[in-house]
Amino acid sequence: MPLLEIRNVTRRFGALTAIDNVTLAIEAGEFFTLLGPSGCGKTTLLRMIAGFDAPDAGSIWLDGRDLADKPPEQRPVHTVFQSYALFPHMSVARNVAFPLQMAKKPPGEIAEKVKQALAEVHLEDKGASYPHELSGGQKQRVALARALVTRPRMLLLDEPLGALDAKLREQMEIELISLQRDVGITFVFVTHAQPEALALSHRIAVMRDGRVEQMDTPSRLYGFPANRFVADFIGNCNMLPATVSEATPHGLRLAVGALGEVAAPPAERARSGQQGVLALRPEQVHIVAANTAHELKNHFAGRRDDLRGRTRERHAHRGAARQFRPGARALLRSRRARQSGLAPRRRRLSGRLTWPSRAPNA
Amino acid sequence: MAVPRAERLTKWLIAGPPLAFLLAFFLLPSLIMALASLRYPGEFGGLAPLAARAGEEGGLTLENYVLFFGDWIYAQIFAKSLGIAALTTFVCLVMAYPLALLIARSPKKRRDFMVLLVILPFASNFLVRVYAWMIILGPMDLLFTRFAVIVGMVYVHLPFMILPLYTNLEKHDPALLDAAQDLGANAWHTFWRVTFPLSLPGVFSGSALVFIPVLGMFAIPELLGGKGDWMVGNMIKEAFLGTRDWPFGSMLSLMLTLAVLAIAGAAALFARRGARDA
Repeated sequence: MPLLEIRNVTRRFGALTAIDNVTLAIEAGEFFTLLGPSGCGKTTLLRMIAGFDAPDAGSIWLDGRDLADKPPEQRPVHTVFQSYALFPHMSVARNVAFPLQMAKKPPGEIAEKVKQALAEVHLEDKGASYPHELSGGQKQRVALARALVTRPRMLLLDEPLGALDAKLREQMEIELISLQRDVGITFVFVTHAQPEALALSHRIAVMRDGRVEQMDTPSRLYGFPANRFVADFIGNCNMLPATVSEATPHGLRLAVGALGEVAAPPAERARSGQQGVLALRPEQVHIVAANTAHELKNHFAGRRDDLRGRTRERHAHRGAARQFRPGARALLRSRRARQSGLAPRRRRLSGRLTWPSRAPNA
Repeated sequence: MAVPRAERLTKWLIAGPPLAFLLAFFLLPSLIMALASLRYPGEFGGLAPLAARAGEEGGLTLENYVLFFGDWIYAQIFAKSLGIAALTTFVCLVMAYPLALLIARSPKKRRDFMVLLVILPFASNFLVRVYAWMIILGPMDLLFTRFAVIVGMVYVHLPFMILPLYTNLEKHDPALLDAAQDLGANAWHTFWRVTFPLSLPGVFSGSALVFIPVLGMFAIPELLGGKGDWMVGNMIKEAFLGTRDWPFGSMLSLMLTLAVLAIAGAAALFARRGARDA
């Protein structure tokens, strides 16, 4: 049985449907991420899990029990807020002690658990400090310690890294992963930053307009996006308008503009004659010398002059979003390009990739 | 780092006029009053000359202070005034807090309108409003009682409690309430552990704005109170306008100022210690 089940949940605000019939299940011990652009409903969903908002339809189940009648203070679920929401009039230690006091734990146990929780986030010596005396990263850690100290069934994190600078964010990402592994508590993480989601999560639900577009592991989301939106949202992608010319269980054959026939992996719902988009990851494109081209499944003849743009090594998960468009700069891997002899000494290739202009979206 | 000279000059130019105003019309009169409390009353009111002439009283004397500390009646009136001021402050606080909270948590648009309603009574004259209470309380046989005094005091001073409380509560981060609830606090605990401690600055300034004027108030006890409801303010007013004993009135005013300063100082000390222990 999954730890948390969201069954056919819908939430409307006036004319806006913030959550549109969402169903998903989160397993115990998972690092689960709700990923999507702002306004996609991910925070609304998180607030409903926490109990600050209630679904108009559908139900939320935790440990096999319907949460409908439980106010936030009675749910074994704690939240790390984007603004941290530390109590400014309490010291760090008293902030962390707060949930224990609310649970009416004896003072001895509170002192011990506060100490342990602060040690977990490496803030042993900050117990007497006040929130305004801490840096952003330290506040973040206090918020984590406070939310984890009672060992809730589930920790909800609402864009907790959004307020940190890039360097600190990466460091906190690493700490979050190890903290989640150490305490073994299910994390439900909300973010609009796809690199963050890919780096942290066991599974990700990509959301748009109140619906879950795809729910899968990071590598499958990256490698096998369910639709154009997911392909575009996760990582860098070249979008090539294509028409399915042949669909078999073993693979597809696509007609891609001026490139001609392209062999692609099988897709469940693809039918012959269907129009669509071929999503091509930059690292899947290689520039090789003509005599080794036959090693590749799909290869297209081109001249050096056909390329314009810089080729560079890129980490697939981290790069800025770029697309192949007619005349646009291409994202290619330079190592292969150099080996191919097309770019013997320089890192720059010049030329133009001539692809047909965009067909209507399918 | 040294502040550039021009900047310092600008600061003084801006702060200068109000500072000079306070110096001229608060500090200086206070000093004059302190001096006056040590003088003899003039034959027909006012003050006797500082240099005594033959057959006349003059110069400086501690007579008024001897009188004040020699008779329990003055201490009693001071204590009664403090009591009325404290009770008024407490009633104002209890009545104003829920309203201030309600306004602070209303939608932004409605908030401004509600604040306007709170200050609307100021549009009519203070005395008119007190007379209105005479008309209300008279037929109920409550006029000229301590109750009437408290009702009048609370009515007049309530906005002074609501406004600072509202200003404070409005600034509270709503995420803190969510966080408290999320971490297991019910509404009661959320209020007493988060909202109220954070509102203490508003509670203190509101209390000061009510307590201090009430302590010196004379119109309300005179109009709504009975014989036993005389407060320090009535004594001072009587000394200046009734018996025309200016030195005695000055002494009472000075004692009132000192009492207020002592209480404000104690409150500040208490607040600081409270903040440190919290």
